[in-house]
Amino acid sequence: MEQSLVKFYQTGTFTVGNRLLAPDQRSVQAGTQRSNSLNSGHRACQGCGEALGARYAIDAAMAATNGQLIAANATGCLEVFSTPYPETSWQMPWIHSLFGNAAAVATGIAAAMKAKGRSDVRVVAQGGDGGTTDIGFGCLSGMFERNDDVLYICYDNEAYMNTGVQRSSATPPAARTATTMAVGQHPGNDFGQGKNVPQIAMAHEIPYVATATVADLHDLEYKVTKAMSIRGARYIHIFVPCPLGWGAASHDTIKLSRLAVESGVFPVFEAEHGEVTGVLKIRRKVPVEDYLKPQKRFAHLFGKSPDVATLARLQARADRNIRRFGLLGE
Amino acid sequence: MLEQCEGSHAVAKAVALSRPEVICAYPISPQTHIVEGLGELVKTGELAPCEFINVESEFAALSVAIGASAAGARSYTATASQGLLFMAEAVYNASGLGLPIVMTVANRAIGAPINIWNDHTDSMSMRDAGWLQLFAETNQEALDLHIQAFKIAEELSLPVMVCMDGFILTHAYERVDMPTQAQVDRFLPPYEPRQVLDPNDPVTIGAMVGPEAFTEVRYLAHAKQMQALDLIPQIAEEFRKEFGRDSGGLIKTYKTEDAETIVIALGSVLGTIKDTVDDLRAEGFKVGVLGITSYRPFPISAIRDATANAKRIVVIEKCFAVGIGGIVSRDVRSAVRNRPQPVLTVVAGLGGRAITKASVHKLLLDVIADKLELLTFLDLDWAVVNRVLEREKTQRRSGPVAEGILRDLGGVPSRMG
Repeated sequence: MEQSLVKFYQTGTFTVGNRLLAPDQRSVQAGTQRSNSLNSGHRACQGCGEALGARYAIDAAMAATNGQLIAANATGCLEVFSTPYPETSWQMPWIHSLFGNAAAVATGIAAAMKAKGRSDVRVVAQGGDGGTTDIGFGCLSGMFERNDDVLYICYDNEAYMNTGVQRSSATPPAARTATTMAVGQHPGNDFGQGKNVPQIAMAHEIPYVATATVADLHDLEYKVTKAMSIRGARYIHIFVPCPLGWGAASHDTIKLSRLAVESGVFPVFEAEHGEVTGVLKIRRKVPVEDYLKPQKRFAHLFGKSPDVATLARLQARADRNIRRFGLLGE
Repeated sequence: MLEQCEGSHAVAKAVALSRPEVICAYPISPQTHIVEGLGELVKTGELAPCEFINVESEFAALSVAIGASAAGARSYTATASQGLLFMAEAVYNASGLGLPIVMTVANRAIGAPINIWNDHTDSMSMRDAGWLQLFAETNQEALDLHIQAFKIAEELSLPVMVCMDGFILTHAYERVDMPTQAQVDRFLPPYEPRQVLDPNDPVTIGAMVGPEAFTEVRYLAHAKQMQALDLIPQIAEEFRKEFGRDSGGLIKTYKTEDAETIVIALGSVLGTIKDTVDDLRAEGFKVGVLGITSYRPFPISAIRDATANAKRIVVIEKCFAVGIGGIVSRDVRSAVRNRPQPVLTVVAGLGGRAITKASVHKLLLDVIADKLELLTFLDLDWAVVNRVLEREKTQRRSGPVAEGILRDLGGVPSRMG
């Protein structure tokens, strides 16, 4: 195909348009050969971050494996909105077994492929934050520890959205959910110690761990592609806003993802064998408030008398991320 | 070839001869020796190609087997007791997905109080989970049933539980006739399902099914079990032709033709009962035995026919449904419905309590004399039970039961020292 002259009208924005890139650097999703593994017509909400993340992640994994890919899916939004009987959106071999066993089912598929001498067929497991950081955590850790040849992708929208927005161990402090109501002296979710599953994955010293967001889909594709070039247990944790659960506008999904990165709320990094090998630097630091304000789940922190103390604690958490991962500077 | 070996070893060997491609192992007594044996066979390369996966829980064990089976691999795991309960969600899932996994359940009690010894409470808790359940009477039969189980499972696309009494069979050294690989290969063809997870022919497995089709899916699960009522005897016959011995089938009868009293049981206790029946026959009593090999599907017609001429039926079962009574006997009652025969329930052997010939002999004399109640607990220590019941007449808020008994006896572990 003849290349048209590059127009630099996007310079200065955060968007790296495909037209500005050399053909081999363009995104999988921009190609006509993309697999559309999670096909259109599914029943995700408008602005669903998980559907977007899954589409990019799985198409990238399909491209990296030449279409020789099998997926195991945990129960959750992604499973429910994509496979209402008798329909399916998956144009790939796909299995859903239970809420808490996606990692183990994937291990079984990988074992079957190994026993059958089909080393070309690769396996991806996927689940939401509930299916990953809570109920599926035992199976996930087991898969990591055995270093099974599985890429596990967690689509983290920070609560049990499929059941109606209840708190998970990935729900941030102060966030309102159906089980952490915005009432009482300390409205919203408690300040716990947190449960950083990417770092727990790193503690297993598995070959590859990465975080990503739907604000930088090029980075997401790069990480999935890289993960598929490696054998053994791999983990990618993708930050996927949920307009319904967060009380955010459907058109703000990408914006909120970017603000989460730029505020330090969600550090984007990759690690190999337990050591951080790269971080996505913050380009223009923003206060945590900028990220929190567009979301109704944090509305109780603002209003006539803002909850300054809680906001300061949330800012401190973001600042700690910035310090810990070196998210500022060159 | 004849060999003298532990029951677990015999089963491990039989499973290996069935050429499983994925085995998941998680330790729980009394099943552990089986997966240990298989692990060794995989590690030495004797069993290949096969992936042996040491998982982190029983829930993961069956989940790994689910993934492997859905991807077209012959898959096996083993468990017992709490382990079976811990994987309960996956037990229902495996049958719902129609995956022909074979799993040994080395039958063991369920706590609290924690108890590692044999009874049938564990597999009975999964009797409605959609798996076929085959109970072995001897180590030879345990060995044979595993080979048959793979064939039955794969023919029907349903998982099969082979139940064998923990310790009594798993840890007993007995003579078994070990088949050759060539024999098993002739009997059991490779697993080639119509639908698998295959990138070249993608399918979606495990979709969400709503009210519009759920009843149909469940009915078909039942219909498949009804087909198994024909298939199980058919495969037992094929097995007899290849291996030259009777193993498996739906039920086994012993001296039932002219029997006025028929004793029904499952598993290894059948040996003790048959010995007792021989003694009673010598004393002039017309007693026979019916062993249930296939508990799921439940062979209603076979049991109804085999007991048609009996005056009374007594079911000796190593389990019971708290709050109502027998489990097996309730199923037997539905088999002999509309007939005047009483079906008595005898709960025995719970938590490994030995079922002795002397106790069964005395029990059956009471049965013959029509002196037995509808529900009897064999060899129950009434002194212990009555002491607790008497105390609770005056003080009901007693707390943990086993610890209450210990406290009555003056030995409360938490207060010692």
